[in-house]
Amino acid sequence: MEFDFAEEQPKFLMLMYGLIAFVAVVGGLLLLLDVVPAWFARRREAQIVAASASGAPLPRRRKPREGMFALFFLLPTLLLLTIGLVVPAIRTTLLSFMDGSSNEWVGLRNYGWMFSEDSIVRVLINTLVWVLLVPLVATSFGLLYAIMVDKARFESVAKSLIFLPMAISFVGASIIWKFVYAYRGDGQEQIGLLNQIVVSLGGEPKQWLLESPLNTLLLIVIMVWIQAGFAMVVLSAAIKAIPADIVEAARLDGVTPWQMFWQITLPSIRPALIVVVVTLSIATLKVFDIVRTSTNGNYDTSVIANEMYNQAFRYGQNGQGSALAVFLFILVIPIVIYQIRNIRQQREG
Amino acid sequence: MTTATPTVAAGTQKTDGRRTSTAGRVRRRLNSRTATLVSIVIAIVWTIPTFGLFISSFRPEDEIKSSGWWNFFTNPSFTLENYQEVLFGRSSSSGQLASYFINSLAITIPSVLFPLAFAALAAYALAWINFRGRDWMYIAIFALQIVPLQMALVPLLKFFSTGVTIGGITVMPAWDLVDEQKFAQVWFAHTCFALPFAVFLLHNFISQLPGELMESARVDGATHPKIFRSIVLPLITPALAAFGIFQFLWVWNDLLVALIFAGGGNETAPLTVRLAEMAGTRGNEWQRLTAGAFVSIVVPMIVFLSLQRFFVRGLLAGSVKG
Repeated sequence: MEFDFAEEQPKFLMLMYGLIAFVAVVGGLLLLLDVVPAWFARRREAQIVAASASGAPLPRRRKPREGMFALFFLLPTLLLLTIGLVVPAIRTTLLSFMDGSSNEWVGLRNYGWMFSEDSIVRVLINTLVWVLLVPLVATSFGLLYAIMVDKARFESVAKSLIFLPMAISFVGASIIWKFVYAYRGDGQEQIGLLNQIVVSLGGEPKQWLLESPLNTLLLIVIMVWIQAGFAMVVLSAAIKAIPADIVEAARLDGVTPWQMFWQITLPSIRPALIVVVVTLSIATLKVFDIVRTSTNGNYDTSVIANEMYNQAFRYGQNGQGSALAVFLFILVIPIVIYQIRNIRQQREG
Repeated sequence: MTTATPTVAAGTQKTDGRRTSTAGRVRRRLNSRTATLVSIVIAIVWTIPTFGLFISSFRPEDEIKSSGWWNFFTNPSFTLENYQEVLFGRSSSSGQLASYFINSLAITIPSVLFPLAFAALAAYALAWINFRGRDWMYIAIFALQIVPLQMALVPLLKFFSTGVTIGGITVMPAWDLVDEQKFAQVWFAHTCFALPFAVFLLHNFISQLPGELMESARVDGATHPKIFRSIVLPLITPALAAFGIFQFLWVWNDLLVALIFAGGGNETAPLTVRLAEMAGTRGNEWQRLTAGAFVSIVVPMIVFLSLQRFFVRGLLAGSVKG
């Protein structure tokens, strides 16, 4: 073992600074909020005492300083959101109308590039495939599993096993699956599970991740594997929340499981279903890690988020990268509006 | 909806009904037994990829590379060498993951604490302090959830490297951070990006606290900071835990933010960055990749399994990050 712990010391020092900063900022803020109003209160008391002694009219009672309190409670959040999200988002929008080094205005050229360059059109199509397939497959799977496992023995264990990939990073998950897809030449012993299955069924081993468009689908499998657990947990909670008397009444009516599913279960969990689909769609649009770790976007597997990283941070094309980021944002908006409308309807209905 | 029908049906066909219900019960039990079986099979299939990687990480290098991990069961051979090398090896190709592990830790802890505290303060103000524009502010913060991370990256990086100048006047100097100091950039970025969701999630909990509690505290002369500290904070501990776990998993597992703001060296880059790099450049060194992947998975897995209850509660309350 040749690990030198002393070399790591600067990191712990930095971590300590971070923690000290945390205590100072949060503690300081609360202390400030405690001390300052107390000081004002004391001053006011002194004024009242002085006024009553001299017989002058009492100072007018001021309104409680609610606004001030709110401002200080909100200050760190508002400040950070402005610096970290609002201003950068506006700047990115502006940058998307400028050239690669952000010196000259080029109008809509970056957007034109996006839809004319063959490789980028491919990226857009891939993203579309991702965002159609992942929510659909993961949600249906999660739903079926939630129904199957409902009230079964070992329910919690079975659910945990499906849910567990949520804890694994996209990078870790990609490595796990790269190992499943691993390829060794024909005639050699396979080490990848998938190729082993193919071989034992009499097929020939394949380089799964090199063959387009199959590779995109195989990467989508990784995302589904991770996200199905999320869909399952939310939908399972929704199913358990369906009033028991409705289910019992339907059962006494002698509905088939099929009818039960379409006429009772599905309508009852519609709101949860929408939340799951929307959340998964947004997460899928932004997927980056899986593509980068598995294929680095080669062999026609790239998606918008990955291409945005490449353009802005590898090729130094800020304009094109920003245009892709803005496009991503535009794609997210309708999904979110749909969700907001649904939530509102639900509140009213 | 169908409360009237069953009583009629039960009344008219009483004898017949009992027989079908017995049959139905048997059928239902059989059904549920197949369902249980199928669901267990699926759960196992779901776990096999991870399990295979786990087994592999303990196999000697030449065996990983020459035979499938399932051979472990017929021909078991066990070694810790992969972990030894990937964690502590000194050569540049070995991984040196121990160092990156510490980076992950140093990145994650402040990145969880800061948004937690700031969001709790903000959520309290938005829920229980009366001021003008409160609803609008809440909606604005909520809406910021939809801004993709990607929208903020380029300008934020520029902000760190060149500072802010307005009309020739330097408002904010460049941070000019080197080596370990770059942690600060990552904390900052993670905190900013987490806030909209954190405020939303904590607001859900805080606004549901009983109003009388706040009222009576106000009548007793408690100020907002006092109410926040002594009443609200203890009551929302489960929510804080839920968000804490969320944020922990999110930061620990993040690749994009770290890739851009941490720099690539073993001074600051977290495990995910190093692993992604290893998967790219040494994609066939399975003895390192398998062990490395497990080093990165083990901490979130422990957190997740031990605190799953809180995590699920947070998931259901906030219906997850947008």
